[in-house]
Amino acid sequence: MTLTAPASAPPSQARRPPARRPVRPLRVLLHAFLVLVALGWLLPLALALYASLRPYEETGRLGYLSLPEHLTLDYYGQAWSQAELPHYYLNTLIIVVPGVVITLFLASFTAFAIARLRIPGRKVLLIVFTAGNLLPPQVLITPLYTVYTLVPLPGWLSDSQSLYDSYLGLILIHVAFQFGFCVFVMANFMRTIPEEISEAALVDGAGVWKRYWRLTLPLCRPVLAALSTLQFTWMYNDFLWALVLMSSGDKLPVTSALNNLRGQFFTDYNLLAAGSMLVALPTLIVFQLLHKQFVAGLTLGSTKG
Amino acid sequence: MAVRTRRYSARDMTVLVIGLGVAVIVNLGLIWAPTLASIGLSGTDWNGIGPIEWVGGQNYHDLSAEYPPFWSAVRNNLLWLGFLGLVATPFGLFCAVLLDRRLRLSRVYQSALYMPVVLSLAVVGFIAQLVYSSDYGVLNAVTGLTVDWLGDSSVNIWVVMVAAAWRHVGYVMIIYLAGLKAVDPALKEAAAIDGANERQSFFRVVFPTLRPVNVIVLVITVIEALRAFDIVYAINKGRNGLELLSVLVTENIVGEASRIGFGSAIAVILLAISLGFIVTYLSQLFREER
Repeated sequence: MTLTAPASAPPSQARRPPARRPVRPLRVLLHAFLVLVALGWLLPLALALYASLRPYEETGRLGYLSLPEHLTLDYYGQAWSQAELPHYYLNTLIIVVPGVVITLFLASFTAFAIARLRIPGRKVLLIVFTAGNLLPPQVLITPLYTVYTLVPLPGWLSDSQSLYDSYLGLILIHVAFQFGFCVFVMANFMRTIPEEISEAALVDGAGVWKRYWRLTLPLCRPVLAALSTLQFTWMYNDFLWALVLMSSGDKLPVTSALNNLRGQFFTDYNLLAAGSMLVALPTLIVFQLLHKQFVAGLTLGSTKG
Repeated sequence: MAVRTRRYSARDMTVLVIGLGVAVIVNLGLIWAPTLASIGLSGTDWNGIGPIEWVGGQNYHDLSAEYPPFWSAVRNNLLWLGFLGLVATPFGLFCAVLLDRRLRLSRVYQSALYMPVVLSLAVVGFIAQLVYSSDYGVLNAVTGLTVDWLGDSSVNIWVVMVAAAWRHVGYVMIIYLAGLKAVDPALKEAAAIDGANERQSFFRVVFPTLRPVNVIVLVITVIEALRAFDIVYAINKGRNGLELLSVLVTENIVGEASRIGFGSAIAVILLAISLGFIVTYLSQLFREER
């Protein structure tokens, strides 16, 4: 179907012979290449899906690349109930939802102050924030870990009584780390909003808060949508922060909890595959539903500036 | 200029000070203060509990002279950077160029290439085990080999880099595709009229206009290479041939032997390398803006 695509041009084009292109060997080659690459790219994921549907005993005997004798959803049930995945999904939500909301709120206000209010020192601020986002987490993780263990929290906020091993601690570091990127993207976007809107509001005597919340933010909806999609995925996929800043197994987010499916001496890789699929599912769904926002979020940061 | 001289009411000032204050405190307190603290701690032999004693450059000396994983980590990080930069990034650009034309199913190809980007690197690490496993893995089944791809320390870094590239290519492709879409089509037309073939028109006309995008892709590639962590950690905790600087830093705090001073010294080396690129990138970015 794909290889012969140019030949099956719509009839409207057929009526105008000069406009209709004959099957060009280069096009066919191009499609053949792209089909191969696309299949190659999907293969590992397809393989994980396939492995997750087969009993360990069978793949152990025949290898992963073999025809199925039994297909079963047992591993999904097992990962879901035995590994208590719903519990870990909830942990992730407790971290990611406030994380995304606070990041976007803080970043949009900062971007507003930098781009629209032209506060003094705005350039230095923007540079410091953007640079902070580009650091590898490991350059700051050791002191951060130490500080987290030393900061006391009341029991109702964290049952570990410290910032270490608390949801609040993870939310905070996500906010701090992703903040720079969001400020950068939003400040660039806000600069493209016509100044007149804000100017007109000034004549009406609107204060800073009103100009931010009522006048600027509603115009930023596309960026907010793009950034929240992106930030959701990044915070959801985080592995490192939780690994270092959490110690109680039952508080881990779902990505890190995947390790629990490994046995001490023996790992059932098919179970792990089912777990991986379940963990990957939310981001894959977000990707399918919000493809446009996702791509916009990534490219917003790159095409401007 | 008029905006700058305008005076804010007391309420406006309060809103500004609180909003910006929180942002600055969170950013400086959780990002930059720990980064500076890393530099300070790297000169001490602190183990997390006892007294802090200044040992000067001792950690750096031990690191380079008496800690073999350090040099394998440096080598692996460089390999990682080279592989992403010389193989994965050009391939992503190549795919973007191929897809940047009216093409049936272009969106389907894009989605396929882009799919791994949304996956957690930890998940990528687990999927890699299914492909590379020595007993039942697909790679051995297809090729008929019996190589222990992940266990053999002379090959494992290469196959893990392929898994990392799987994810990196889509990322690069999407960014280049957006960059290519923004190129004025008149440029290409003019080149075609002047008799340039497709390759010439790309390398001589289109590619030079992509300079800002190239810089961003370069930075992303470097940062990804320095941040690489999750995949190897998911596979074997970054041991036996899969050492990376990021893993060594984490090992020194997560493990039982909490050698904070020593781990910080590795972090500082990571910082020095990344700051070089960050400064170049930002100076370029903010110079163009003026």
